[in-house]
Amino acid sequence: MDGNLNALTTVFTEFYYWVTVVFMFLIHVGFCMYEVGASRRRNHMHTLMKNVMVIPLVTVTFFFFGWWIYWAFPMFPFFGGLDHEMGSGNLPWAETMGPNAADRITGVFWAAFLLFSWTAASIVSGAVIERIRSSALWVHAVLIGSVWWIIDAAWGWHYGGWMVKYLGYHDAYASGVIHAIAGGYALGVIAVLGPRIGKFAKDGTPRDIPPHNPWMLTIGIFLIYTGFWGFYAACNVPVISPEGIGGQITGTTWTATNIYLAPTSLSGITFNFLMSLSGGLMAAYVVSKGDAFWTFSGGLAGVITASAGNDLYHPVQAMLIAAVGVVIVYRLHFWVERRFKLDDAVGAVAVHGYAGFVGLIIAGFVLWGAPSSPYEGYATVNPLGQFIGALIMFFGLGFLPAFAVSKIQAAMGVLRIPEEVELEGLDYAEHHAYEEAKEAIIEADKAHLATKLTPAE
Amino acid sequence: MSSIGYESWAVDLADVGPIYPFQGYEVLMVAIGVIFWLGWHRIQFVRENEHLERAKKRALDHEKVQQSVERY
Repeated sequence: MDGNLNALTTVFTEFYYWVTVVFMFLIHVGFCMYEVGASRRRNHMHTLMKNVMVIPLVTVTFFFFGWWIYWAFPMFPFFGGLDHEMGSGNLPWAETMGPNAADRITGVFWAAFLLFSWTAASIVSGAVIERIRSSALWVHAVLIGSVWWIIDAAWGWHYGGWMVKYLGYHDAYASGVIHAIAGGYALGVIAVLGPRIGKFAKDGTPRDIPPHNPWMLTIGIFLIYTGFWGFYAACNVPVISPEGIGGQITGTTWTATNIYLAPTSLSGITFNFLMSLSGGLMAAYVVSKGDAFWTFSGGLAGVITASAGNDLYHPVQAMLIAAVGVVIVYRLHFWVERRFKLDDAVGAVAVHGYAGFVGLIIAGFVLWGAPSSPYEGYATVNPLGQFIGALIMFFGLGFLPAFAVSKIQAAMGVLRIPEEVELEGLDYAEHHAYEEAKEAIIEADKAHLATKLTPAE
Repeated sequence: MSSIGYESWAVDLADVGPIYPFQGYEVLMVAIGVIFWLGWHRIQFVRENEHLERAKKRALDHEKVQQSVERY
C-alpha cells in the first residue's frame, strides 16, 4: 500500500466488503427461520440442521476449488482454455489465500462470493424440506454452491466472462447467476424427489400445507431482505479510478462500479432496491388477494426480478418491473404446481427461479443497446443475449445437473427418506435421543411432583 | 441506439450525468408510477369492502362471535 490515497482506498474497500459479508449472514439466518417456520413441528431440528450444515460444507469446498473456478473459467471451455494466470493466485495453496501483508482484498472478496454460494445452496434447501435426506441435500449444496453457480459467475458475472463479451449478458445483482440457477436447480431436485405425503389430493388437487409458525416466516423473510441489502452492496466495487479499471473510460473521475467494472452508484442501487421491493410487495398483495406469505415473498421476488438491471434502471422502472415480474411468478407457480404436481414447499422455484428468469429478459429490452462492459469489443445488452443467458442459468447450469444428480441419488436409494419416517417426523426418527431425554425429564418431574409435593388444600 | 444514451463507456465520467434508460421521459414514468399506486388503493378498497361485507354476514351468528371474543 504505497501512498496515502492507495492505502485509504484499499483499507476502505477491505472494510466495505467485510461489512457486506456480515450483513449477508442475515440471509442465511433468515432462510433458517423461514424454513423452520414453514416446516411442521416434527421436522424442526432436521430442517434447521440441514440448512446450518450448508455453511461449513460450502465454505470449505469454496475454499478448496470454488474460488479457483471463478478465476480460471471465464472463457473455459467454449472460447478458450483455463485461465491459469488468474486461477493460480486463487488456488487454496496460493500465498494470497491467507494473511498476506501485500494483499488485503482477496479474503473479503472471497468471503463475499462465498456468502452468495451459501444463498444459492440455501434456496434449494427450502424447496425440499420434510422429505429429502440430509446427505443428498448436502451433496447438492456443494454442487450448486461451489461448482455450478460459480461456473455461471465466471461466464456471466466476471468482467472477462464469455457471456458478457459475446452475448452482452447483463446481470448486475444476480437475477440469473444466483436466483435463476438456484431456482432451476431446486426444480430439478423436486422433479425427482416428489411431493410431500398429503400435498396432493387423489384427484391431483394441490393442498396448502400451512406453516407451523407464521411469525418465524415473517421475521425470516425480513432478515432476508436485510441481508439482501448487504448483497447489493457486495456486488459493487465501491471506488475505483479509470486507470484501475483499465478500459475505455477516460479522464480521472473515480466511480463505483458493478461487477463488470461499469459505472453505477451505491445511491442509485439504494433507490432501486427499495422501489423494486415496494413494487413487488404491492403487486403480490393484489395478485395473491392479501395472502401474507405470498405478499412478503413477492417483495423478495420483486427485487430479484429487477436485480439484473438495478444498477441502471430509473426507480420507477424498477418498481414497475418488479410488479410485472411478481404477477408472472405468482401465476406460473400455481400453474406448474397443478400441471406437473410439483411440491415447492416454500415457493423457492418461483420466487428465485422464475423471477430471475423473467428479470433477465426484461433487462434485455429495457437496457437494449447499453454497454455491458467498460472494455472494447464487448456486445451491448440485448434481449436475445439475455434470453440465452436465462436459459443457460435456469436450465443449463441449474435444472439439468440437479435432475441428473437427483436421478442418480434416487436410483441408489439415497435421495428420499422412508415413508414411515416422513410420517413419524424426522425429529423423532433421527433425534430420538433428544426426544427420549425429554420424556425421561418429564417422567422424573412427574415422579418428583407425586412424591415430594402435595397439592395445596 | 442505446436506451441509456451511451453505447460504450469510452467517456470521461466528469461529463456524464444520468445513466438510466429513457432519459427525458421522467414525468411520464412518474405519471405511470402514480397510476400504479392509486390503482393499488382502488383495488384494495374495493376488495376490503367486499371482504368485510362477507365477514359481516358470517358474524350474524351470535354464538360464533361470542366464541371469537372469548378466544381473544
